[in-house]
Amino acid sequence: MAENVWILGIDMTRFGRHKDKDTLDLGSEAALGALRDAGVGIGDIGVLAAGNLIGGNGFGQLLQKQIGQTGIPVYNVANACATGATALRVVVMAIKSGEVDTGLAVGVEKLSGAGLLTGNARKEEGGHWVRDGRYGAVAPLDGRVGTEIMPGVFAQIGMEYGYKYGGVDFELFARISEKNHAHSTLNPKAAYQKRFTLDEIMNDVMIAYPNTRPMCSANCDGAAAAVLVSETKLRTLSLEQQRRAVKISASVLTSDPWTEGCQVLPDINTLTRRAATTAYEQAGIGPADLDLVELHDCFATAELVHYDNLGLCEPGGAADFFRSGATWRDGSTPVNVSGGLQSKGHPVSATGIANVWEVATHLRGEAGPRQIEGARVGLAHVIGLGSACGVHVLERAAA
Amino acid sequence: MSRMPLVDYLVLDDEPHLVAAECTACGARYFDRRSACAHCGGVEFGSADVPTEGVLTTFTIVQFAAAGVEVPFVAGVVDCGGTSVRGNVVNTPPDPEHVTLGMRVRLTTVPVGTDSAGIEAVGYGFEPV
Repeated sequence: MAENVWILGIDMTRFGRHKDKDTLDLGSEAALGALRDAGVGIGDIGVLAAGNLIGGNGFGQLLQKQIGQTGIPVYNVANACATGATALRVVVMAIKSGEVDTGLAVGVEKLSGAGLLTGNARKEEGGHWVRDGRYGAVAPLDGRVGTEIMPGVFAQIGMEYGYKYGGVDFELFARISEKNHAHSTLNPKAAYQKRFTLDEIMNDVMIAYPNTRPMCSANCDGAAAAVLVSETKLRTLSLEQQRRAVKISASVLTSDPWTEGCQVLPDINTLTRRAATTAYEQAGIGPADLDLVELHDCFATAELVHYDNLGLCEPGGAADFFRSGATWRDGSTPVNVSGGLQSKGHPVSATGIANVWEVATHLRGEAGPRQIEGARVGLAHVIGLGSACGVHVLERAAA
Repeated sequence: MSRMPLVDYLVLDDEPHLVAAECTACGARYFDRRSACAHCGGVEFGSADVPTEGVLTTFTIVQFAAAGVEVPFVAGVVDCGGTSVRGNVVNTPPDPEHVTLGMRVRLTTVPVGTDSAGIEAVGYGFEPV
């Protein structure tokens, strides 16, 4: 039986615009914060997993050159929006394998002002048509054969749920966004902490129906980092460190198995269902045991389908589940009490560790005014399109 | 030749239609050039004509796109007799009153442009039945 793995220290920067800080400043801030929170130094770290998609190659080594070149192995990881969760997962695997007892995972992104992600500007056309790529396309397909922009892709994912099960409309999706923006007002680390009325959300700029601007995740700057230890190592540390440690009772990463149509519109459901099922098995819990969930609401339309994918509701029952009020912070399964990606922000590679930070902070009872009282078990979920799904189940240390 | 298809899987004959690469082992269908079957690992493919009528199973109305892409347009997925196809919904106003989940649509051709040799590229979309 492999060792249990615990979060010893974890930190995230404020998400938002950090004009005077570069990728390394933000990454260092989160990493040093996590080390301080853990009560260990860089010399105690046996492995580093680092994620950064935009900043170029070798981020992990560049980070070491700021915070400590100790010669340990570095894994630079990339898995789209699941990059942070992947970094965490790499450290979990390294500790479970027994090769190291302490590791550091870091994710950081500078995305302020990045605009729409993917959907490339269309080049000048003219000259001769030439077949190109695996479709033999003579011209760019974005806009001619569907859309490649993320708000449009995820809009279709939410609408597809409506086609299958009914009961879904523009207002429902807008109400999900209303919830997350309301939650964000209690989170000082969120990029946007403004409550919007339903009317404001529905009448804002339409990006890709039914996603208006506030229903889309906010591009911003931010970093998050975590120090993980084996249970054996944890038992050698101080009582205070043990008290604040958070158990990783499940750590799962999946990719998308083939399903009909999955290469036409990404199927983000099947891999999330598999990850969730495996995670509940590993943790020995069920969705009813969760005191809070941070899930990947990159768009309001995505949050809806993940209620179902994570088993928070009956199959096909996500719309009714949301309408019951269950996912508001005073409901039976609070979802995205951080404000979610729509208001907290989505600095891609940081997101999968920041979600874990949010859950861990509640389990430690340190979430201040937005604390979910008595939280014992929580789940953090991310999706990177392409696709990768990370699910982590966390548990408070026994008192 | 004065016309050519926007993509290899569009056939421009008297009755324009789409053709999928179908795995001979498991029947999984694809529209791109294949190395192998992502479902079963098979490496032999036949070609299968895709029905030209189907049901719109999802859509979005894109209002804000990359530079050079005309908006608004309707992007969606059509279930053509069990084969999912990506495409735009055309020849109807791009609003939620005219485009609805479950609506029946059929394949139609859409002009893309003409190159310097006078060859017209032709794409496809789906229009309400």
